[in-house]
Amino acid sequence: MAETAYQGRLHLLQKDLMSQYYGELTASAEGSGVPAAYLLIGGNPVELLRALDILPVYPEVNALQLAVKKQSLAHIQAAEGMGYSTDNCAYVKADIGLYFAGRKTPFATIPEPSLLLCNYVGCNVYLHWFDHLAEYTKRPTFHLDIPFIRNASGRPSSDDMTYVLRQLEQLVAVCEEIAGKRLDPQRLRRAVELSSQTGRLWSEIKHLTKSVPAPYDAYFDSVTMMAPLYCLRGTEEGLTFFQTARDEYAQMAAGGKGPLEREDFRFVIEGPPPWPYLRAFRDMFARWNAVAVASTYSTVGGLWEFGFAHDPDHPMESIAEHLLTWNLTNRNFLQRYDQIDRYLKEWNADALVIHSVKSCRLFSAGQGDMRDYFTQRGVPTLLVESDLEDPRYFSEAQMRNRIDAFFESLAHRKLTAAASA
Amino acid sequence: MAYAAGVDVGSTQTKCVVLDEERRIVARALTDTGANVTRAAQRAFDEAIASAGMQRSDIVCVVGTGYGRFKVTFGDFQITEISCHAKGACSMFPGTRTVIDMGGQDAKGIKVLDGEVLDFVMNDKCAAGTGRFLATAAEVLAVPLDTIGALALQARNPVRLSTVCTVFVESDIMAYLAQGKKIPDILGGIHSAIAARTVALVRRVGLEPEITFTGGVSLNAGMVRALEDKLGLQLNVCEDSHYMGAIGAAAFALERGLAHSTGNVA
Repeated sequence: MAETAYQGRLHLLQKDLMSQYYGELTASAEGSGVPAAYLLIGGNPVELLRALDILPVYPEVNALQLAVKKQSLAHIQAAEGMGYSTDNCAYVKADIGLYFAGRKTPFATIPEPSLLLCNYVGCNVYLHWFDHLAEYTKRPTFHLDIPFIRNASGRPSSDDMTYVLRQLEQLVAVCEEIAGKRLDPQRLRRAVELSSQTGRLWSEIKHLTKSVPAPYDAYFDSVTMMAPLYCLRGTEEGLTFFQTARDEYAQMAAGGKGPLEREDFRFVIEGPPPWPYLRAFRDMFARWNAVAVASTYSTVGGLWEFGFAHDPDHPMESIAEHLLTWNLTNRNFLQRYDQIDRYLKEWNADALVIHSVKSCRLFSAGQGDMRDYFTQRGVPTLLVESDLEDPRYFSEAQMRNRIDAFFESLAHRKLTAAASA
Repeated sequence: MAYAAGVDVGSTQTKCVVLDEERRIVARALTDTGANVTRAAQRAFDEAIASAGMQRSDIVCVVGTGYGRFKVTFGDFQITEISCHAKGACSMFPGTRTVIDMGGQDAKGIKVLDGEVLDFVMNDKCAAGTGRFLATAAEVLAVPLDTIGALALQARNPVRLSTVCTVFVESDIMAYLAQGKKIPDILGGIHSAIAARTVALVRRVGLEPEITFTGGVSLNAGMVRALEDKLGLQLNVCEDSHYMGAIGAAAFALERGLAHSTGNVA
C-alpha cells in the first residue's frame, strides 16, 4: 500500500516559519504592543497591513489548525450551546468557541483584534461572523465591499475598480490610526514587490505539477504552502519560503520524483479538504497511487498561475485587482468551470474530484451542476461530501467506498482504453 | 472444474456465493453480520462451501466486498460493492444499463455498460430510503419485516408521508395510527415515498432501461411495485437479487482466479 511519508525540507521550514509567526501572535496577545487585524483569506490585502506593521490574523487559518489538531469539536459545541445553529459554518463556530475559551490554542494565543477587517463580504455568513466578533470584542470593523464578477467577460468594470480603490483609501486611514503612523509609500512598495515575487514563484511552483510524475501533490502538499502565502506574503521570510519551495520541487521534477512511489492517476480537485481527517483523506487517494495535479482550493486566497502578479509601481491598483479579479470566491461559475477545464487539459488530468463541504453553502452551492457539467463533457467526476471543520460530518467508511469505487472504474477505463489503443 | 467465491459483508447481512466456471451459482449462504465482521464473513463462506460439499482448496479465488470487505481476511482481493453489484446485475441480466441497489444503510444508483461502472450516486449520511428506514417502520407498526411488502400491496388509500427521515418517521406513523389509518395504507405511503426518493436519486446518473433492482430490499414485492409505478418500467428482479453483490464479487474472483491460473494477470 502506498505511503505518504514524504516530508521534505520544505515541511520543516514551514513549521519553523509558522511557529515564528504564531510566536508573534502570542507576543501580541501578551502585550508586545504590536496591533493585530483579523482578516479573511479570500483575496486578502495583507500587503497593506504588513506595510504598517500590523499583524495579520486569519480566523479561518486558526480554525483549520484546530481541526487538524482534532480540537475543533469542543469549540463548535460551545458555540452551538450559545445558540449558533448546527447548520452554521463550522469555521465561525470554532472561532467563536475559541474566543470565549480565552483564545488559547496548542499553537498560539490569538491576540484580541485592533481591527476586524472583513475583506470579503460576498459571503453573508462571514459578514455576520465579523459583526459578531465586533460585538464580542468591542473593536472597530471595516467591511470591504468587493463586488462579484457579474459579467461574462470576467473583468470588473472601471466603476468597480474605482469603488474598491476609494474603500482602500478609507481603509488606509483606519489602519494608520491603529498603527499610530502614516503609511510610508516606500514600505508599501516593498511589501507589494515582495508579494509580487512571491506570487511569481507560487505560479512557477503550480506549473511544476504539469510534470509526470507531479513533484508534489497540488492539494495535500499545497496546503503546506498556503499558510505562508497568506500569513507571510509581503515579508522577506515569505519570499525565502517560496524560493525554497520552488527549488525543492523543481529539483524533484527534474529528477522524475513525486510524492508517491508511483503515479497511476492524476486528478484535479475542487473544494477545501476535510481538515479533521486530512491524513485519512490523503491516504484514500494515495492507496490508488492518485496524485492531485491541481486544486481550486489552493487558489482560495488568490489566483497567480494565470498571469497575475502584484505591481509595485501601482500598489493600490494591484491590490484592488487581486481583490476583484484574481480572487476565487469572487468569481462567477463560468470562470470556475473554465479554471477547472484548464487544469484538466493543461495539467493532463484523468479525473475531477469535488469535495463539497456542509459549512460553506456559498462555495458548495452549484457543485452538483458542476459535476453534471464535467460528466457531460466526458470527464470522470466524483462528488463527495463532508465538512472542512466539523468532524461529525465525515464518515470514513462511506468516503472510502466512494473513492474506491471511483478509482476501480477509472482503472477499468484505463485498461480498456489501453487494450483498444 | 474451477470455483470462485464472493463474500459481501453488508451492514446488516453477510452473503456468500460460489460460482463455477460457467458462472452458475453452485452455493450460497447468508448470515447476520453482527459485531464480529471477520467471523461473519468466515461463517458465510464456510456454510456456502459446506452446502456444496467443497473444501477451501476447491476455490481458486475469493473476493471480499461490502463495507466489511477489508475484514474478509481469507479473501484474495477487495472490490467495492458498487462495482460488484454492477458486475452481478450484468451477469444475471446482461441487458442491464442501470442498477438500483437498496441495502441496509445504502440506496445507490449505478450506471453500467457491459458490467462496468460508468457512474454512480449514493445517499449521503442519511438512512432515508434504505432498508433501515423500512425496518424502523415495521418495528413501530409491530409487523414482521418480511411481511411489509405484501401488506403495502394491499393499500387502498395510501397516506402521504410528510417525511422520509428514519428518525422522524416514527412520530409520523404514530400520528397516522392515532388518526385510525390502516396499516396497509400507512405502509403503502411509506413504500411510495421511498420509491419517489430513490428514483429522484437514481435519475442523477440517468435512468436507462434495463433496470435491475438489487440488495436486500429487492426481496420486498411492495417496493418492487412502488418503484415500477414511479418509473413506468418493469424492473429485473430475481430470487437471488439480494445476493447480487456476492455474485458480482464471485464473478470478479472467477476472472482473476482463472487469469492467475493461466498466468494471464491483468
